[in-house]
Amino acid sequence: MMKGLKKWRLFSLLTVMMVFLSGCGEEYLSTLKPSGEVGKEQLNLLLLTTGIMTLVVVVVSVIYLLAFVKFRRSKVGENVIPKQVEGSHTLEIIWTVIPIILLLIIAVPVVTATYKFADVAAMDEVDENGNKTALTVNVTAKLYWWEFEYPNQGIITAQELVVPTGEKVYFNLKAADVKHSFWIPAIGGKMDTNVENVNKFYLVFDKESEGLKDGVFYGKCAELCGPSHALMDFKVKSLSPDAFDAWVTSMQETEGQTADKESSDLGEATFANSCLGCHAVSGSGSAPGMGPNLTTYGDRNRLAGFLDHTEEDLKAWIKDPAEFKPGNLMMNADGTAPIYGNLSDEEIQALATYIMGLSVEK
Amino acid sequence: MDYNTKFTPHTWPDHPEQATMEGKNKVVGFWIFLACEVVLFASLFATYLALKNKGPAGMEFSTQELFELPLAFAMTMLLLTSSLTSVYAIYHMRNFNFKAMQTWLAITLLLGLGFLCLEIYEFYHYVHLGFTFSQSAFSTAFYTLVGTHGAHVTLGLIWFTTLMIRNAKRGLNLYNAPKFFVAALYWHFIDVVWVFIFTVVYLMGVIG
Amino acid sequence: MSSHTQKKSFGASVWDYITTVDHKKLAVMYLLAGTLFFAIAGFEALLMRIQLMKPNNDFISAGFFNELLTMHGTTMLFLAATPLLFAFMNMLVPLQIGARDVAFPFLNSLGFWLFFLGAVFLHLSFFMGGAPDAGWTSYASLSLYSPGHGIDFYVLGLQISGFGTLISGLNFIVTIITMRAPGMTFMRMPLFTWTALVSSALILFAFPPLTVGLVLMLFDRMFGGNFFDHTMGGNTVIWEHLFWIFGHPEVYILVLPAFGLFSEIIPTFSRKRLFGYSSMVFATILIGFLGFMVWAHHMFTTGLGPTANAIFAVATMAIAVPTGMKVFNWILTIWGGSIKVTTPMLYALGFIPSFVAGGVTGVMQASAPLDYQLHDSYFIVAHFHYVIVGGIVTALFGSAHFYWPIFFNRMLDEKLGKWTFWVFFIGFHLTFFVQHFLGLMGMPRRVFTYMEGQGWDQFNYISTVGAAMMGVGVVMMVINCLLSIKRPPAGRDPWGDGRTLEWAIPQPIPFYNFRQTPLVRGLDPYWIEKQEGNKEGMIYAEPLGDIHMPNNSALPFVISLGLFIAAFGALYSPLGVAEDSRTWAIPVLIIGLLITFGAMIVRSVKDDHGFHLHKEEILEIEEQLYGKGGKK
Repeated sequence: MMKGLKKWRLFSLLTVMMVFLSGCGEEYLSTLKPSGEVGKEQLNLLLLTTGIMTLVVVVVSVIYLLAFVKFRRSKVGENVIPKQVEGSHTLEIIWTVIPIILLLIIAVPVVTATYKFADVAAMDEVDENGNKTALTVNVTAKLYWWEFEYPNQGIITAQELVVPTGEKVYFNLKAADVKHSFWIPAIGGKMDTNVENVNKFYLVFDKESEGLKDGVFYGKCAELCGPSHALMDFKVKSLSPDAFDAWVTSMQETEGQTADKESSDLGEATFANSCLGCHAVSGSGSAPGMGPNLTTYGDRNRLAGFLDHTEEDLKAWIKDPAEFKPGNLMMNADGTAPIYGNLSDEEIQALATYIMGLSVEK
Repeated sequence: MDYNTKFTPHTWPDHPEQATMEGKNKVVGFWIFLACEVVLFASLFATYLALKNKGPAGMEFSTQELFELPLAFAMTMLLLTSSLTSVYAIYHMRNFNFKAMQTWLAITLLLGLGFLCLEIYEFYHYVHLGFTFSQSAFSTAFYTLVGTHGAHVTLGLIWFTTLMIRNAKRGLNLYNAPKFFVAALYWHFIDVVWVFIFTVVYLMGVIG
Repeated sequence: MSSHTQKKSFGASVWDYITTVDHKKLAVMYLLAGTLFFAIAGFEALLMRIQLMKPNNDFISAGFFNELLTMHGTTMLFLAATPLLFAFMNMLVPLQIGARDVAFPFLNSLGFWLFFLGAVFLHLSFFMGGAPDAGWTSYASLSLYSPGHGIDFYVLGLQISGFGTLISGLNFIVTIITMRAPGMTFMRMPLFTWTALVSSALILFAFPPLTVGLVLMLFDRMFGGNFFDHTMGGNTVIWEHLFWIFGHPEVYILVLPAFGLFSEIIPTFSRKRLFGYSSMVFATILIGFLGFMVWAHHMFTTGLGPTANAIFAVATMAIAVPTGMKVFNWILTIWGGSIKVTTPMLYALGFIPSFVAGGVTGVMQASAPLDYQLHDSYFIVAHFHYVIVGGIVTALFGSAHFYWPIFFNRMLDEKLGKWTFWVFFIGFHLTFFVQHFLGLMGMPRRVFTYMEGQGWDQFNYISTVGAAMMGVGVVMMVINCLLSIKRPPAGRDPWGDGRTLEWAIPQPIPFYNFRQTPLVRGLDPYWIEKQEGNKEGMIYAEPLGDIHMPNNSALPFVISLGLFIAAFGALYSPLGVAEDSRTWAIPVLIIGLLITFGAMIVRSVKDDHGFHLHKEEILEIEEQLYGKGGKK
């Protein structure tokens, strides 16, 4: 009877917490409104621990306040010398055992989930033709931008991760320069990208990002990596499996696509002269780029991961990238000018139009 | 008992290093300092083990090819013997035999110097082979671990020398007895660390 | 020689403080230095909060923000909280155990000067080309990448001040082991002394890994080492391990003495002995021990694998058990007591719920899979500020009120103190409570700005308002301290309910502390004597006789100064950042080291026997201090 009552109390507490917590944050960014299996389990753990811990705080505070109110000197009398109690073994045992039990209640799901989230055995599974069955994305974090390579599909993109819903997506995480950390709060917890080894984990995307405010989930770098750490955002587009397959195909079709120096389009020619050395315009292949791959630039939601995706902003960016992302590698070593030199306004205008037009979805 | 008390071998206490409160504090404090040194070396050992044989792609050095056990063994013997001679020195310190103590300390000093010379030769030899400090993570970790020990040996030698010179005219008293005792303790500690270096770096490097 | 002559010139007073080996004067110096750095780091925090007050703010630049966050963390932990706690440890430990000074007065002074000059060196970076900017954790890949001299300042400054901390820790351990008065058994030691002992032991085992880590970093940056260069076979995770093997115990190094301070305040103002003294001692030791077993919980997302994560998760949760024991014992101390709500007690009141709130979020983060979400977000920022501000800063403020009469023979103003408490306390919760939610809403830590439309604007604004209130609270506290100069002498046992030896000594405390070494008959010796009607407050273990005291010495200052000078040489040497080297660097390095080693050899070669204070001199000093027959 008592046990049932306690459980019920805990449950009602959880419900209250749930209502309170779910009022917080944006759906595309908040860990409190997860859109994936991993994030949901983590939220459950959060609610469980918050419930138990709130109970602890409340119990302690109530006893404490009670003691405080009851035994004020003004109440017990100015000259009273209280009994000098040494201690109590029974009480010591009680407040040792109860916390241990509470911690065990937390420890069991914690250990289970730790092993579960680290299980990436399926990454190596192959079908009868020897093709990998699971979708794997190689994530490389570089100073203030993200590169996403799909080794089994032979395609590569940057800044905007595209994934299918409803299946486990496996990630190989690595950093190219300094340590970063890969985090999509609304989907699940983070994992560091180290410089010396590859970390592996998986995430599940339950919901298509189409209906979200910007049509994407927000991704963040969670490890201090230099001046522009705060600006090292990326976006995640989750598509239905069919739409994802279509996207993969159109990416593969960009094979060999390049910009021509002799082109009559001033934008393309300028791009070929000034940008192509670092930025590829073909999404096919697996060669890592010096700068973000721009094949899908026109489909993206943001410029440089965080700026508005407009031609105006793009022009300003090309003119002086360091103003927006301090410390980024588009500048000369002395930081005075971009590595591609100072382009004329006309060239910049044409370049912006050209880059905005790069797309596989339109 | 006071610092200015004059002693004879008969009145000299059994444990002169702990006869004064300052002496007692010094001995306790030094043991605690050694505990702290243990952690220091443990960190260096852990780093070394993590970086053992690690280097840039195609590195041509490894523990098996590099280390020569006979040399390391000779160094071990020198240092172990010096530990023994420092025990004799402290034995004579407790017997209030200043001269004998100084003699044994001098022998300890020479043995330590011999060890240091061999170590310098060893490093020189490796650098000559191209195994420099900056050659790889392995070389950096090796020189740091063994070099830190070597620096401790050097410091110990300077310490012994200073003590011997400063007290040459003063002779033994309750003020400097703890100083000798603590220096000898330090010397034993260096010896123990070397035994671990010999085992972990050289033996396990060549055999393991 | 002795410091009982009155009316000294200013120069003589300065010289007196530079050369002093008296633990009480060093305590005052620790207090002043710690407050200075606390103020600097607090100001840095305010600048950061102003920058984050609204989205897309451009109050300070990205690079400078990183310098601020690095220096705020580094300063608060190494150069503010540590010395402030050392101030209390220095002042109280010898008095509580009935000793005339610490075991190594010379080393005590050396520890202070190393800490102080190392700290000054680190702060000069602001004026010499930029402060360190890789976070107080200074993770290796970023700190090796970081241009300029910032990280070199961090490495050298922390190395020097770290030696100081290590030396002081060693000193406290020996003091507590060997210098206790007759009858002061281990299980009769006041709990603050116990926590000082355990915390010093933690310093002893935690600082060497940091020293090693800093040396490795120094070698990589200056001598072409390859510890952290993965292209040469190095591994940056080694830094993470070494740093956190130090870094996690560091938290307990700070919080245990804070527990100890509250364990003195709460019984005093409850007029009741500490409930479950022996289990409190046991819990202290257990926390210290477990503190070394859990460092990898800072690295759950580093990719150590599920087994390591699971083990460290469970081990971390285990710490909640002894901490819980402490909390309940405090509550049971109050229960059945006679509580007087003074300012220190008010801080103790605020401490328990705040600290418990910080503790339970700690358990949440110990849950490894959940920590994948919480790690490096604002949630962790909220968590450790709840522990550090709610636990340590409340202890420091409360104890400043509580022990001010021991330090300066003056009381702080109670009314202003209570106002300060409320302003600071409300500001604190306002600042950090909402940060839990910012973290859960996806805000990473250490960001210099954030975009609009992510739902973070309001909470960040609230947080900044709270930070401003905390700032006001600190200013009120400092004003209170300054005003106390004008207040009348407080005299012995001004709170009326003192329990331990430090309250039994007549005020002002003579430089030799105890005319005669006291005899301790149980826990809370002063309380026992008072209950038995002993007006003297103590009974003595020896007749009045000569006292042996240590000589003052300028050598600790000179040794530290040598290292301070040498550090500039090392920093600007061609070994470091080659394009920013100076020709004077190598000579300066050599001169600095010569000064240090020269001073050490002088110390070693000269006999220093201390001096004896004769019976007549003692009586004369006491007559000066307390008047004839102790009535003044």
